[in-house]
Amino acid sequence: MKKSYKVEVDCASCATKMEDAAKKVPGVKDASINFVLQKMSIEFEDGVDPKAKMPEVLKACKKVESDCEIIF
Amino acid sequence: MLKKKQKKVLIRIIVASVMTALLIINDHLKFVEVDRNLLFVLYLIPYLIIGYDILIKAAKGIKNLQPFDENFLMAIATIGAMILGFTYTGDYEEAVAVMIFYQIGELFQSIAVEKSRTSISKLMEIRPDCAYIEENGELVEVDPDDVAVGTEIVVRPGDRIPIDGVVTNGTSSLNTATLTGESIPRDVTVGDEVLSGCINMTGVLKIRTTMEFGESTVSKILDLVENASSRKSNSEAFITKFAKVYTPFVCICALLLAVVPTVIILTTGSGSSYQEWIYRALTFLVISCPCALVISIPLGFFAGLGGASRKGVLIKGSNYLEALSEVETVVFDKTGTLTHGVFEVTDVISDKYAPERIIELAALAESSSPHPIAGSLIRAHNADIDRNRVTNIEDIAGKGVIAVIDGMKVAVGNSRLMEHIGVSHQQTDAYGTISHVAIDGEYAGYIVISDVVKEGSSEGLKDLKKAGIKRTVMLTGDTEAVAKNVADNIGIDEYHSQLLPQDKLTILEKIMEDSKSTAFVGDGINDAPSLVRADIGITMGSIGSDAAIEASDVVIMDDDIRSVATAIGISRRCMRIIRENIIITLIVKFSFLGLAALGVVDMWLAIIADVGVMIVAVLNSSRALLYRQK
Repeated sequence: MKKSYKVEVDCASCATKMEDAAKKVPGVKDASINFVLQKMSIEFEDGVDPKAKMPEVLKACKKVESDCEIIF
Repeated sequence: MLKKKQKKVLIRIIVASVMTALLIINDHLKFVEVDRNLLFVLYLIPYLIIGYDILIKAAKGIKNLQPFDENFLMAIATIGAMILGFTYTGDYEEAVAVMIFYQIGELFQSIAVEKSRTSISKLMEIRPDCAYIEENGELVEVDPDDVAVGTEIVVRPGDRIPIDGVVTNGTSSLNTATLTGESIPRDVTVGDEVLSGCINMTGVLKIRTTMEFGESTVSKILDLVENASSRKSNSEAFITKFAKVYTPFVCICALLLAVVPTVIILTTGSGSSYQEWIYRALTFLVISCPCALVISIPLGFFAGLGGASRKGVLIKGSNYLEALSEVETVVFDKTGTLTHGVFEVTDVISDKYAPERIIELAALAESSSPHPIAGSLIRAHNADIDRNRVTNIEDIAGKGVIAVIDGMKVAVGNSRLMEHIGVSHQQTDAYGTISHVAIDGEYAGYIVISDVVKEGSSEGLKDLKKAGIKRTVMLTGDTEAVAKNVADNIGIDEYHSQLLPQDKLTILEKIMEDSKSTAFVGDGINDAPSLVRADIGITMGSIGSDAAIEASDVVIMDDDIRSVATAIGISRRCMRIIRENIIITLIVKFSFLGLAALGVVDMWLAIIADVGVMIVAVLNSSRALLYRQK
């Protein structure tokens, strides 16, 4: 399942770091951030509940980029 | 204008700059004698004000074992410069200046991105926020997501149609510019299908919805545009990879630059100062920041995609923008793309009768025929048909119709019909289907019915040639004569006729072998395999057709062949801008890296070059948003 979320991130390379961090979260198949549009799209693996997963994704992103925000 | 975060940074920049300036002036003019240790503390204040967040981020990066980013570079360079100042030179202003300039650069970058984002989100403002439903004679605002299929919604003048549907009440003109780029208003009345995203201009419309909001045209289009840049191009992937290798690489170079000469100097005991080499290494770090590339490339692509969508060309991702710029051969499907795919009367030839009269009689004679030609004749007649005037209709299969109209015996059909009734008819090599007409056994003339070439087709092909497209090809299932006529008419390089749908794919594959990159342009009806197979699939004239939008990489909304050339022009320009940025940035970076290693460039120049080239690259990228047709 693919979902997209609004994100707040300040620099392009921070966005890349967040992408990498989100991809490493178990249950996330793929993640990409459109830095200019400030949108993150995440492809979840089958059977994963995005609502339950997102706090984990946010935590992983916060770890690499503390002042980022994902709105979900 | 500025966001809160940006304002905060701006204030920090101003405060730190003023403090540093005062300290520098005092250094030179000696108003107040400052002790060595106190001076360090005094410079430390603006340094921390301007740079604390960068230091924190760098520390976090180290903690997360992902240290190599620009924060790390800036932190190491400035901390090193501060320490060097305290222990050796006594100069601190460079460290503070590097941080100030770096923050100015970051601020500029965030403003530039913000700006191009708003200029594009204006395009995206076509998303309707609400729908109106009439309840007990009053309008109630509802979330368009909650409107079930088949609900009657009310659209007032000035409002945007939120959901696709059919007009059940009212007449109005619609502004379809956001969907099609077409500026001429479209008149609609009861029974007409309307697409979401159009603006209702004149009258109140009641519309029965035929789609859910999420499936409506406007949602589909927004989805396409918003997800466009999630597909990354080769250049973007290259830069991401490049940045990953590059930063550790320059850090190691800087380390070597600092350590190797120092070790040599200390062991040999020669007179030169090792501090000079450390300073060079720190300068090297300042100049090495890859931000100019990291930001300007995605920004360039984004601006290119945005610029294209302003022209009614939706490109599904930056990888397709890149592929589009490399196209050498364009293959067209004829029907529905170069021609309307609707058969119309294109010519009437008669020596004795007015064309209107010939059409009237032919339309009357054919009025009860199911043949498609009958439809074309009736459309061309464009008036009510009084069937009472027609008697004794005789349908001769494969030849035509003979009927009595107002007492005259009218025969309408092909040359075989004329031979059948023994009337000598005019020979013609006109392209299309020919209907001969004979009245009372005497030849009256003929009507040419053919597929109509779309307006702009031949200009579109000329534009493509001008844009440097090497080869244009038309594929069609029609006969040789029809294909040749259209090809000559619009000036296409070559054509292949009498093709079955699967033949089209085979020929396309053969063409693709001879060309670096091939685009296929179709209407998405029965040519989806070719759209998918080509390097770039372009659909046009298919707004509202999901399958076509799904199968293609580029969607042209205004159904105009000229837009193909526009799309290619935009993509080429965008790629050129991106290449310019890569080249300018790399040249400046590497030459300054070399100069820094040789000790020619000091830290001031290094940071100005670093921020300067980033600003140039960002400004250059935003040019991609603008495209003027030559």
